[in-house]
Amino acid sequence: MYDKLWLIPFFPLLGSVINGLLGKKIKNEKVIGGIATLAIASSFAVSCMYFFQLLGDPVKVHENVLAPWITVGNLQVDWGFLLDPLSALMIMVVSGVGSLIHLYSIGYMHGEEGFYRYFSYLNLFCFSMLMLVLGNNALVMFIGWEGVGLCSYLLIGYYFHKKSAGDAAKKAFVVNRIGDFGFLLGLFTLYWTLGSEHGVWTLNFVQIAEHGHLLGAGSLVVTVVTLCFFLGATGKSAQIPLFTWLPDAMEGPTPVSALIHAATMVTAGVYMIGRMNGLFAMSPDTMMVIAIVGAATALFAATIGMAQNDIKRVLAYSTVSQLGYMFLAMGVGAFTAGIFHLMTHAFFKACLFLGSGSVIHAMHYAYHKAHLHDDAQDMRNMGGLWKKMPVTWITFLVSTLAISGIPGLSGFFSKDEILWMAFSSTRGGWILWAVGALAAGMTAFYMFRLVFMTFHGTGRTHAKAKDHVHESPLVITLPLMVLGALALVGGWIGVPKPIGDLFGGMSNHFEHFLAPVFEHTQELYGIHAQHSLHAFEWPLMGISVGIALVGIFLAWVMYIKNPSLPGKFVAAFTPLHRAVFNKWYVDEIYDALFVNPTKRLGTFLWKGFDVVVIDGIVNGFGKVAHGLSRALRHTQSGYVHNYAMSMVVGLVVIVAIYVFR
Amino acid sequence: MITVNHYLVLSAILFSIGTFGVLTRRNAIVIFMCIELMLNAVNLTFIALSNHLGNLDGQIFVFFVMTVAAAEAAVGLALMIAFFRNRESIDVEDFNLLKW
Repeated sequence: MYDKLWLIPFFPLLGSVINGLLGKKIKNEKVIGGIATLAIASSFAVSCMYFFQLLGDPVKVHENVLAPWITVGNLQVDWGFLLDPLSALMIMVVSGVGSLIHLYSIGYMHGEEGFYRYFSYLNLFCFSMLMLVLGNNALVMFIGWEGVGLCSYLLIGYYFHKKSAGDAAKKAFVVNRIGDFGFLLGLFTLYWTLGSEHGVWTLNFVQIAEHGHLLGAGSLVVTVVTLCFFLGATGKSAQIPLFTWLPDAMEGPTPVSALIHAATMVTAGVYMIGRMNGLFAMSPDTMMVIAIVGAATALFAATIGMAQNDIKRVLAYSTVSQLGYMFLAMGVGAFTAGIFHLMTHAFFKACLFLGSGSVIHAMHYAYHKAHLHDDAQDMRNMGGLWKKMPVTWITFLVSTLAISGIPGLSGFFSKDEILWMAFSSTRGGWILWAVGALAAGMTAFYMFRLVFMTFHGTGRTHAKAKDHVHESPLVITLPLMVLGALALVGGWIGVPKPIGDLFGGMSNHFEHFLAPVFEHTQELYGIHAQHSLHAFEWPLMGISVGIALVGIFLAWVMYIKNPSLPGKFVAAFTPLHRAVFNKWYVDEIYDALFVNPTKRLGTFLWKGFDVVVIDGIVNGFGKVAHGLSRALRHTQSGYVHNYAMSMVVGLVVIVAIYVFR
Repeated sequence: MITVNHYLVLSAILFSIGTFGVLTRRNAIVIFMCIELMLNAVNLTFIALSNHLGNLDGQIFVFFVMTVAAAEAAVGLALMIAFFRNRESIDVEDFNLLKW
């Protein structure tokens, strides 16, 4: 039934290998892009097939083992895949959004050097991501986990001749490695404890879910394990304290930012927590840490996003902030809401990134035509673009409304569900809700600030370049339209109960679909919305929408009605603005605390230890040998009779020994 | 009565004289002749013992040694002529290139 699951990751791998090995010879961009897009589209087709098969299947968890991988003693790891509602949803999002972004890339990357390299990496990324979500054990997941990290590194550093891109790639890789370290520690601890103390030697997710309770709810070991896993999640999903790499990752091409750094890879941490929800739910302490970190990240990144001028950086901080919401949801036990936001976020944030890419593409082209070297990503050089780029504008606006949480659009349903659960869940609290709601207001503000600065108001583009700005080709706008449509209506599959009742008992399909994955855990550990708080559901919804509208209104006042206001505001709060503009100096603090001491340690080990001690020992041996041989070489006179003499003496000695022994 | 011991003592004396000559003489031709002396001392030992033991192996060996000695004489003298052309000398004190 489900024995062709391996095809899903296989197609992108094949595409990657073909383009990677032959792309340089193929040269034709249409063929290269076509192969890559076809590969991921095939995955999407297979994913769709299995998704709908699963929808109609009463059994919701299917494992398909391809071949044994490692068999050593108690350790048994397979090349195995796991299809359940959670992974089915993830493969749909990854391959679906991935296909659109591949298509978009054909237009966006047109004429770039290393076109084939780009598509090879992009396919490889899709392969890794699909392995990550499909793996039936933690080790296969880890392959994907590391693979996406590698592809992220390769694609951030795509323009490697630029130092900033190379640095950003290295930063992303190193920061991710810190998280991966946590992931591995968690994995080892889990494997060892379950095995040595409870006799369950396994890395298989189904078995972990089944036997995880043996560790004991609330025990120290389960807290340690889940905190280690969460450290891995913070690295991959850019949460405090490991979020600093994501804004820098914007050095990569824009479709990469859309696919990897918005829609898919950065959600791996959320997925991982969802995958091991049974373990996480056992440790209320870890859950609280996750919720607090999530809420704090949501707020913190939103503040930074309000002051950035680079269009992609605003979106990057927005992504960090939205990921914070997902972790907030996971932390309060609202797993369904977290995964729901993951999906809607994939739609609207991919659309936003691709839209910004369309704008950058147009600006870049215009500046190129006008022989100017202005920054094509700086919003201060934009404005009034809506007339020139209508499709980009409309889709961008729809996605912005969605992320701001305007009722009816996808982001509203998911974000509101998260905020409601943060308030009402047995693991939640009103402070978490308040922080989330405040961040939602900021989200609305900075997103509309972005829209107004880019598409509305007076055009600040250089007069010479202005006329060259035009709408992007269909290959770019088509994915925008599809994603925009999904951002518009995608939320209606997960309508919360009170709104559903309004529409004549419309049920929450999404929650129902994911129930086999999460329901058991939630029932077992009593995670649900508290009944005594149900009266608050409508008022809270009203408040969060109100806050969003206030944010939009403020953005309108500051950037449309009275464009001189931001300048006055900055002048009045210079230190605050400077701190926010410089990202609260987090990078500088990390540099001072970790990077520079490490560099100094490295320099010391190089100049102090390596040169003096290691080289000293090695050279010392050389010097001793040299000195000894200087003394001994005098025996080698070059006179034959000297040698003959020594031979005779030696012979006499040997004979003497034999004779007189 | 001349026993095998006499031959061996004579052979030892000849060998020692040869060795002494190799070590003390400077003239390469003299050294060369001393080496011949040593070889023949050994030959004498072979012959004496072969006769004493009634075994022909030793005599066969002597033929080999003589063959080698003849070859050595040819090569060695050629070397010396070549060397003399270079250095105008066949004093082994001048043969000192094989050193550090």
